[in-house]
Amino acid sequence: MPLPFGPSPTPINDGATTPLGMAAKGFRGTIRAVDASACTDKSSLSSGELERRLVEMGFVEGSTVEIKHEGFWGRDPIVVRLNNTTIALHRRAANGILVCPLPREPRTKK
Amino acid sequence: MTTERMTRVALVGNPNCGKTALFNALTGSRQKVANYPGVTVERKEGSVTTPQGRTFRVLDLPGTYSLRARSPDEEVTRDAILGRIPGEDIPDFLLCVADATNMRLALRLALELRRVGRPMALVLNMFDIARHRGIGIDVERLSAALGLPVVTSVAVRRGGMDGVLGLLDRLAEYPTLNLLAGSPPSETFPRKRESSVSDSEHVTLTSRGRSPLDSRLRGNDTGDWSPPSRDDMSAMQAEADRIIAAAVTLPVKANTVTTRIDAVLLHPVWGILILLGVLFLMFQAVFAWAQPPMEAISWGFDSLSAAVGQALPQGLLRSFICDGLIGGVGAVIVFLPQILILFLFILLLEDFGYMARAAFLMDKIMGGAGLHGRAFIPLISSFACAIPAIMATRVIDNRRDRLSTILIAPFMTCSARIPVYTLIIAAFIPAKQVLGGLQLQGLVMFGLYALGLAGALGSSFALRRVFWRRVPPEPFMLELPDHKKPNARNVLLGLLQRAKAFLRRAGTTITAMMVVIWFLASFPQPPEGAHGPALSHSFAASIGRAIEPVLAPIGFNWQISVALVPGMAAREVAVAALGTVYAIEAGDDTATKLSETLAQQWSLATALALLAWYVFAPQCAATLVTIRRETGSVKWAAFSFAYMIALAYIATFITYRLALALVGG
Repeated sequence: MPLPFGPSPTPINDGATTPLGMAAKGFRGTIRAVDASACTDKSSLSSGELERRLVEMGFVEGSTVEIKHEGFWGRDPIVVRLNNTTIALHRRAANGILVCPLPREPRTKK
Repeated sequence: MTTERMTRVALVGNPNCGKTALFNALTGSRQKVANYPGVTVERKEGSVTTPQGRTFRVLDLPGTYSLRARSPDEEVTRDAILGRIPGEDIPDFLLCVADATNMRLALRLALELRRVGRPMALVLNMFDIARHRGIGIDVERLSAALGLPVVTSVAVRRGGMDGVLGLLDRLAEYPTLNLLAGSPPSETFPRKRESSVSDSEHVTLTSRGRSPLDSRLRGNDTGDWSPPSRDDMSAMQAEADRIIAAAVTLPVKANTVTTRIDAVLLHPVWGILILLGVLFLMFQAVFAWAQPPMEAISWGFDSLSAAVGQALPQGLLRSFICDGLIGGVGAVIVFLPQILILFLFILLLEDFGYMARAAFLMDKIMGGAGLHGRAFIPLISSFACAIPAIMATRVIDNRRDRLSTILIAPFMTCSARIPVYTLIIAAFIPAKQVLGGLQLQGLVMFGLYALGLAGALGSSFALRRVFWRRVPPEPFMLELPDHKKPNARNVLLGLLQRAKAFLRRAGTTITAMMVVIWFLASFPQPPEGAHGPALSHSFAASIGRAIEPVLAPIGFNWQISVALVPGMAAREVAVAALGTVYAIEAGDDTATKLSETLAQQWSLATALALLAWYVFAPQCAATLVTIRRETGSVKWAAFSFAYMIALAYIATFITYRLALALVGG
């Protein structure tokens, strides 16, 4: 799958993973890897640093994420629910999180 | 007691974990707020006395997610924990504070801290909220898994500190107990039945060794600490998640209150409308609600000045006390209501959890100008006054973003510019309608506001290109804390702190500046039988005349040049100074008379030039002092002064020359 930034996509891509930054509002998935090598360029942080920051905010393999909200301009930044925390981040940074979609939770009536 | 060295306890925790509330609850008003030398990071220390009568020193370290510090604040936290701050003793004991409703990142931090090898314990704060939400925490199991003592706390409730106080007492009572971090989880921890707030003393302690407290606490070597790698952090997070899975049961439903509020507050359309509403209310409050108390303060100082004036004979002493001292201090204290109202809003919004959400909503707009989402609150407040605005930049964590915001805030049209603008607009801009019903005067006023805004955004853009070209922009990544009811005590303590900080500054540096300006405007005294106002014989006049050749190309005559010197005290003082220079008798219709005089004496080009000057020029000593204080360096204040002067000169030059070319002298 083509990525919006930088060179060609990196390994782990077995067809089932998507960069979180490409997903739409309402997406739920499991984190497969934190790998920012495909989504950084010279003008931004090094991929290693971006990865460390993502891990620091709790994005680690196996966690479940859900996109809860998105910004008005360009649907960016996004707000994700990660385990029990809520985190706002740019789609660009979220592209360093490779996720595997989970089936959507059945909607419960209020 | 006083000669004995007090045990020092440091609070460490994630941002938003309620650490400050815990600090307030422990230390109450026995707090001392200062800055760490060389950095603008606040150093908050207080003392707490346990029920058993022991006194501990408590240090509130800046919030952090990891010891892998990436901002000056986080560096302070890291260095304090590792004992690397010169002149500061290493804390004897670390209290890692965790939000019991959201422990994931806090536990990772606790694991990271454990590796440092200092004595520590974990405090589960907001334990009542966690229980209320149906989050079940097996404190013992948590303690066993972490290998650390764990206590619970409710910072906002009386008695909520019992667990922490009990821990501190135990710490002092049993110096032979092993509180050292890093000991492997063991089965020797005493068992307790269940977790609740009342029996919030799940301190698990094992005994080991007999060394006295002090040597054991101090002798620890942290010199070999190195920042954790990405994989270390991943592994620690995985371990934290495992511990949570074993010791915490989460409710089936997520926090519905926060989810429901966020559905509206973070809505792409409603969210922004609500944000605008909040901003409007805040702007109104800072601008309008502050008016009566400001007038009262003004009136108070005027009355004091008048009373003292009557008691003292005419002459220098009277002028010094009335105009220099009382007038100078009054001119600054008058901003106190605005500062308090602004900070009331900021503290409430911060406590409620709205600040981070507003930053999310504003991120795209502010980001376009190279600013952080959080910069919008200071910038909006700057429309009232740059001083509280610059103080408010503390809501921005990143130093670079904070600096950018501080440097551009003075360009926003503050209320002190309004008297200058109105005077000149009334004198030179005809009160006619243009473009189908728009007031020309109002339009010019709007244009000046817009010019200020453009100057601010443009400068931010340029600053980023010039100073931080090589530094990549911070990625926007922000935890949105759950919504919470603001706590009155915390808000009041916060307000008190800001008021103290401001008054201390007003009482020292700013007053000194005011006295200097008074001195320049009063000395030397006019000789016997001299003509004209006393001001035109003073140093201020000499300075004004000396800089006149420099200011002539931008259309300023010597009268303006002279008025600019006392105008440094505050922008609106320039109006009074112009009145003095043009020898207008003070009275009820001073402004009208001055306006008429100016209309006769100045060209339109000069008037427009002065307007342009006031949009950009650093005509406010108090702002410069505040910049110095908040950036922690004279360098940035000097830079701010220099670049604002340069920008003002260029803008005024262009305005004057264009006006001359278009409408003639």
